[in-house]
Amino acid sequence: MPDLGKYADAVLSSYAVTIVLLVALIGHSVWRGRRVRRQLAEIQARNGK
Amino acid sequence: MASLWQYANPQKFLAVSRAVLPFVAGGAAICLVVGLVWGFFFTPDDYKQGSTVKIIYLHVPAALMAINAWLMMLVASLIWLVRRHHVSALAAKAAAPIGITMTVIALVTGAIWGEPMWGTYWAWDPRLTSFLILFLFYLGYSALWQAIESPDAAADLTSVLCMVGSVFAILSRYAVNFWNQGLHQGASLSLDKEENVSDVFYLPLLVCIAGFILLFVALVLLRTQTEIRQRQLKALEARERMA
Amino acid sequence: MIALFWRDMRLAMRAGGGFGLGLSFFLILTVLVPFGVGPQSEILSVIAPGILWVGALLACLLSLDRIFALDFEDGSLDLLATAPIPLEGVVAMKAAAHWVTTGLPLVIAAPVLGVLLHLEGGAVRWLILGLIIGTPALSMIGAFGAGLTVGLKRGGLLMSLLVLPLYVPTLIFGAEVVKRGALGMEVQGVILILSAITLAVWALLPFAAAAALRINLR
Repeated sequence: MPDLGKYADAVLSSYAVTIVLLVALIGHSVWRGRRVRRQLAEIQARNGK
Repeated sequence: MASLWQYANPQKFLAVSRAVLPFVAGGAAICLVVGLVWGFFFTPDDYKQGSTVKIIYLHVPAALMAINAWLMMLVASLIWLVRRHHVSALAAKAAAPIGITMTVIALVTGAIWGEPMWGTYWAWDPRLTSFLILFLFYLGYSALWQAIESPDAAADLTSVLCMVGSVFAILSRYAVNFWNQGLHQGASLSLDKEENVSDVFYLPLLVCIAGFILLFVALVLLRTQTEIRQRQLKALEARERMA
Repeated sequence: MIALFWRDMRLAMRAGGGFGLGLSFFLILTVLVPFGVGPQSEILSVIAPGILWVGALLACLLSLDRIFALDFEDGSLDLLATAPIPLEGVVAMKAAAHWVTTGLPLVIAAPVLGVLLHLEGGAVRWLILGLIIGTPALSMIGAFGAGLTVGLKRGGLLMSLLVLPLYVPTLIFGAEVVKRGALGMEVQGVILILSAITLAVWALLPFAAAAALRINLR
């Protein structure tokens, strides 16, 4: 861990905010992708395609 | 003859993007981890800004992608309006949430950085203000997509909005420049070597920017795939109801 | 086209809301501001140009859905779209009628309301000039926003979100005219930019608005 000095809060919080936002965005994209893909597979199976 | 436009076929796009996605996503992960770890652990503090200079590895790439995402949406909208390729319209739709996230990251890290450096979280500085306006444009664009039910009409109207919005975004950029002098420093990256940040920070910053670009591409591919499947799903559901 | 303009004017008058509603809103806003920030005249005179400009913006926004919504509902917009005059012309005429019924009354009322906010005498004429030049742009941009959202059931809120960011340049330069005018600085450049924005908006946005209407009428 590098010594961040008196600005530790600022640096750490911006890294935290960025990582949380990026993970949320990636998570949402992946989750929605999986859900839509599953629903599509279901409906295609139902229609005997 | 192979042309770029063959990827406008949704099935072709799905197949190719599925093959490409792991590599892009992997590249994004590698670049982000290398760039951020390098930047966070192995770069010295700036003599003026202390350790806050490390925020640059998040702030600058996010700000860059916030603008580039809008540019990409503009190009995709134009392609949709001119050539009527559905994948293009869906890609524009897919990019908007990513652009919003990047804008928020740029604004928040900027605010956190501004507090120790300028003594305030927010100033009505031209750059900050234009980013806030850009954020509003993104919100309006996404809201319009969500409000319209007919997918083709939504694609058309959002494309028109994106074009008009781009003109006004540029206009606003110059207007706010006129309206207030800035606290924000000049460009961190430019071809003019004099203005650049020093080399110690420059290389990890480039790696981080590459990481953000790859991340953006990977997310656009993934979200566009989802949008295409969503469209197929809607069509099949409609057909089931009819039967 | 001229007939269309007068038709829209008559409709706006007959609905009663025409001149009155936007103007009353403008008045209420100027009355409420001193309650919010306190009655000190030195503070009020500083913020008066901004308040009046933002008030004009909001008053204009309130009446935007009237531009196309009624004609869309009763089907006369379909007729206008198939009429021998270009849809772009219809848009421009409707925006013009909107300006005459909301923008123009605001311009006339602004000096009176300026007195309420202790706006300095020298600034008043710059305020009027700025409003005369700037508010037509507000109407045209608003017509574009109304065209985008005309088919939607709850388009009002969405339209504000779409239109307000587009008002930023006009607002900035409009308020700048008054600010500089009050300080006795050089104003000509700002007025020229403001006029350029309005003229460009009137030249280009009818096409965008007409395109949006055609999509919505499909």
